[in-house]
Amino acid sequence: MTVVAHELKASYAFIERNFFLTRRYWGWELAFLVYSVAGALSISLIGADQGSPTLLLTLMVGAIFWNYLSVVFSWIAETISVERWEGTLEYTMMAPIRRSSQLLGSVLYAMVYGLVHTTVILIALILFFPQVDLSGADPVTAVAFMLLGSFSFVGIGMIAAILPLLYVERGAQMTFVLQSCLLLVSGVYYSVDILPGWMQVLSHLSPATYVLHGVRAGLIDGAPVSAVLGDVWPLIVMGAVLIPFGLWAFGRAERYAKRTGKLKRVG
Amino acid sequence: MTATLTPELKNGSAGRTLLPELDRLASRSTMPALLIEDVSKRFVVGRKRKPVTAISHVSMRLERGDIHGILGANGSGKSTLIRLISGLLTLDEGRLEVFGHDIERDEMAVKRLINRVSVDAAFFKKLSPMENLLFAARLYGLDGGKAKRDTLEILARLGISAKRVGRPIEQMSRGMQQKVSIARALLTSPALLLLDEPTTGLDPRSKLDVQSFIEELRSTHDATIVLTTHDLAEAERLCGRITILNDGRVVAEDTPEGLMTLTGKRLGRRATLEDVFMTYTGRSLDDDVDEDEAESED
Ligand SMILES: Nc1ncnc2c1ncn2[C@@H]1O[C@H](COP(=O)(O)OP(=O)(O)OP(=O)(O)O)[C@@H](O)[C@H]1O
Ligand SMILES: [Mg+2]
Repeated sequence: MTVVAHELKASYAFIERNFFLTRRYWGWELAFLVYSVAGALSISLIGADQGSPTLLLTLMVGAIFWNYLSVVFSWIAETISVERWEGTLEYTMMAPIRRSSQLLGSVLYAMVYGLVHTTVILIALILFFPQVDLSGADPVTAVAFMLLGSFSFVGIGMIAAILPLLYVERGAQMTFVLQSCLLLVSGVYYSVDILPGWMQVLSHLSPATYVLHGVRAGLIDGAPVSAVLGDVWPLIVMGAVLIPFGLWAFGRAERYAKRTGKLKRVG
Repeated sequence: MTATLTPELKNGSAGRTLLPELDRLASRSTMPALLIEDVSKRFVVGRKRKPVTAISHVSMRLERGDIHGILGANGSGKSTLIRLISGLLTLDEGRLEVFGHDIERDEMAVKRLINRVSVDAAFFKKLSPMENLLFAARLYGLDGGKAKRDTLEILARLGISAKRVGRPIEQMSRGMQQKVSIARALLTSPALLLLDEPTTGLDPRSKLDVQSFIEELRSTHDATIVLTTHDLAEAERLCGRITILNDGRVVAEDTPEGLMTLTGKRLGRRATLEDVFMTYTGRSLDDDVDEDEAESED
């Protein structure tokens, strides 16, 4: 058995386990899906109410893509906190696998789950707003930004996943706060230009800002990827920096937790 | 899972069936299954507090096939020692080797050789035993189909019927969950098995089931076992040697008989293992306690 095959098997272990969890908690999954669809609809209805097709589309894009990014973020960020909650963290940390395989498994599951979840919302919105005209849209741009965005959100998710290793309880709370702040500064439902100056600085640090800007350009203005390169390169840079940094920081955090006895909960 | 064993081990176990004693002697002179040398671990709880010394200058040596007991009062450092061997805690001082692999330098190799059962059966409570064990097996590189067959076999051996393996684990009693936890460790065929109070909370019959299973493991799987327990009869039945910890330090180590003889001499009567426990972990060892306090001052 080669090393790579062994590690891919380990990644698959996390994918399969997360799938089992989703299947067992199907009631919650359904409730969460209904909540997300209702949320996306109510926000988009503001656009319909104003009688502005552009506003409607802007809000729809915001609701759908923010949903995708936050779902991906949550699954990755909760990799550790879920296991701490169940008490299985020590067993997983003892297993002969690389952290990168563990995170890769979480990331792949998060992306597939996010895609399924978001597709359901997309279908619901299209059925609800038949007046929306996407004939001039460039879907390639939208997909490209979704993939690029996943890349950098994976990095942020990893860093968020570390927090529960460092702070037994506060970690999960901090993750929650981080996610809310990203929503606030990334121009999900409005242009970041209306934010106060200091918040705009933060907007530039959030990958979601570029994803939403790029997707809107593609779906509303029909811009090809080549027309929005200004939004592409920050995402590539962020992904390329955040993912290796996240892995490195994860290793450091694990070492810290093992030195201070933070992995244990009972026994 | 022989694939994860080192070649020395595979050859060793093959030879063992032919000439058990010779092989045992040979391995005794070469590589111990577990070597702990002068290991210490301190915890700092809260800011500016005096650190708690959970393990202090502990040394231990286990040969392949040993069942080594660790006894001690609550808070004496048994679980901490098990965690240090599991790599769940880093060493502050000292050296620790599993079948010749240093735990700091060769972490992956050590991880492949060990597994642990802790006093609490930690699982994804909504998932079934099968789903939980499949996850565990895959982390150790086991094939899914084989893992499923082995799971059923081991659980049946521990008295859990096949019809329960598909239902959420939260529906099982604590003792049954503990048995699933034991099965999880056995599934990966560890060369070194760390059992931290595995039978706590089991009914008398289940306890016996698990104990005979542990004995069987040693004889058929060639496993080396570290066992902590508060059940002295269990320690006497299973353990070839016993280490007694008090406040993180080794206060005695010998065979159960050796410990009882020694204590018997001190007490001037025939001693049981309970007498041994009381003698070594009680406050009667005043000089040890004084020494400990003097040590933590500096
Ligand atoms: N993660 C931790 N953080 C801080 N202190 C710890 C930690 N783990 C153990 N300790 C401390 O180390 C000492 C030894 O604890 P340990 O759990 O090893 O005892 P034990 O012998 O297993 O006890 P028991 O019989 O109750 O299981 C105790 O004083 C405990 O408070
Ligand atoms: Mg303990």
